[in-house]
Amino acid sequence: MTSLSAPHIGELHVPAREGLAPEHAHRELALRVRDLWAGYPGRPPAIEGVDIDVPAGEMVGLVGPNGAGKSTLFKSILGLITPMRGTVEAFGRPVREARDDIAYMPQVEEVDWDFPVSVLEVVLMGRYHRLRPFRRWSRDDRTQSLEALERVGLTEVAGRQVGQLSGGQRRRVLMARSIARGARLLLLDEPFAGLDAAVQHDLIRILDDLAREGRSILIATHDLSCVANSCDEAVCLNRRVIAAGPPSQVLTAEVLTETFRSHLLAVGLAPAASGALVPGTGAGAGVADARRNGEPPPA
Amino acid sequence: MADVVGWLLDPYEFEFMRRALLALLIVSVVGAIVGAFVVNKGLAFSGDALAHSTLAGVAVAFVAGGNVTLGALIAAVLTALGVGFTRARARVSYDTAIGILFVAMFSIGILVLSRRTSYTPDLFSFVFGNILGVSRADLVGASILALAVLVFVGAFYRELLLVAYDPAVASAMGVPARAFEYAVLVMIAFAVVIAIKAIGIVLVNAMLIIPAATAGMFAHRLGPIMVYGMAFALVASIVGLHLSYYAGVAASPAIVLTASAIFAVAVLLTSRRRPLEVRPRLEAVE
Repeated sequence: MTSLSAPHIGELHVPAREGLAPEHAHRELALRVRDLWAGYPGRPPAIEGVDIDVPAGEMVGLVGPNGAGKSTLFKSILGLITPMRGTVEAFGRPVREARDDIAYMPQVEEVDWDFPVSVLEVVLMGRYHRLRPFRRWSRDDRTQSLEALERVGLTEVAGRQVGQLSGGQRRRVLMARSIARGARLLLLDEPFAGLDAAVQHDLIRILDDLAREGRSILIATHDLSCVANSCDEAVCLNRRVIAAGPPSQVLTAEVLTETFRSHLLAVGLAPAASGALVPGTGAGAGVADARRNGEPPPA
Repeated sequence: MADVVGWLLDPYEFEFMRRALLALLIVSVVGAIVGAFVVNKGLAFSGDALAHSTLAGVAVAFVAGGNVTLGALIAAVLTALGVGFTRARARVSYDTAIGILFVAMFSIGILVLSRRTSYTPDLFSFVFGNILGVSRADLVGASILALAVLVFVGAFYRELLLVAYDPAVASAMGVPARAFEYAVLVMIAFAVVIAIKAIGIVLVNAMLIIPAATAGMFAHRLGPIMVYGMAFALVASIVGLHLSYYAGVAASPAIVLTASAIFAVAVLLTSRRRPLEVRPRLEAVE
């Protein structure tokens, strides 16, 4: 019996860690995940023995193919599914006690866009933890929410029903809500999925600004160029952590081949990792090319 | 002019008509609030299931000589919890599970009643509604349940909004999303019980769906949808009650048909709106 088919924790075999685990002992950690195993009942664990550090004030890119366990990781970090094993701490406290310091942006499909709420109402949702029953929103809540809307460029549609927004605007509303929350740690699950390059670029610029203000960000994405250009660190995940560290060291053809396996498609092998490898529905030949040409890009 | 005023006010010389109007006011307010969730979260089938399940409680209470409304309330709340449980972890599809729950509860009602041979007009007032038979005690009971719904929605409006829109983030923020989903189902149960004496089991779901659906064509936020829904429900109730009084027909179907007519007019009005906006532009192009 392999570890994959064993649902009992006691029988699980912990594989040796192969990643480039960085040492952050000297820095404050916004998020510290250790030996996290999680999944759904009756199925093999979706993530196995995951360790992740998000140092305070840094942006960490979480890279992996569909089904690699990125969403499961987010959900188990937040306690939406109960981990089988492992510990999660935010700012040195259990996540349960640090909720007000965390803003979570789920995948866009998890939200009911047909529900009759306005853009401003959604952004105000970020401020719920500051609210007592029966009370009205304070002036501060409104100001913060309107400022967040302005930052993402949605002031003009504040009164619209969210279902009338385009795909890019929907991400921006969710991002504004995360900003309005005033949290120090942002967990973003695939904020760019299905967006065109221009819209994506706008969103990345907003994230860069947030990181510069000292917010810590863990972002799951398929977009390697975003990770290479904007993230301080990259974590490659495929059920377990394949590699973690500075993007220039982590985003090598070898690591990406291991991470994406048959999902990797090699396109025009430019020296920078960002342009060299595009996760997709590629064939084995592309993977072989990638491996042959796989040199670490210049830092 | 005097005729219209007379047409409007004459019926209320009778106390049973004043009670009927008050009952419909309560039904309209609660139906619109709860209906806003029912329509916008796709819970119409659950509403119907809850309405029909009350027959089991009504029948058992009737045969045992207990309080029939209390019996209906217990049956509806139990079914609401069953619906919630099924949504959370059914192994068959949600529709199928609710369908089974609903016919099983309805069958218990019919089974219990089939043991009785005598004609029971009281009982039929629950099935088809008997707005003119609403008693002072019925009004007191309905008011208590209505107050519970109003206080709950008033206290937790924003949480309800968050859970309905984005349950994952609600949970991540520490809002008990599952508990609020159950609470919405229990609110539907309360709304059903408030309305069954006036409207009847068979048609009660109409008072949850039609006013809220009509309101949804004119408003795009939950709060305004609730307020517009109350207005539509109240207009339909008053018109239906007067039709019933003057034409000598049953009030409950008259009210539901009036509400349906208002809905149909709203569909026509809002479907005409878009071409009107576009037309000038097309002319400009030509």
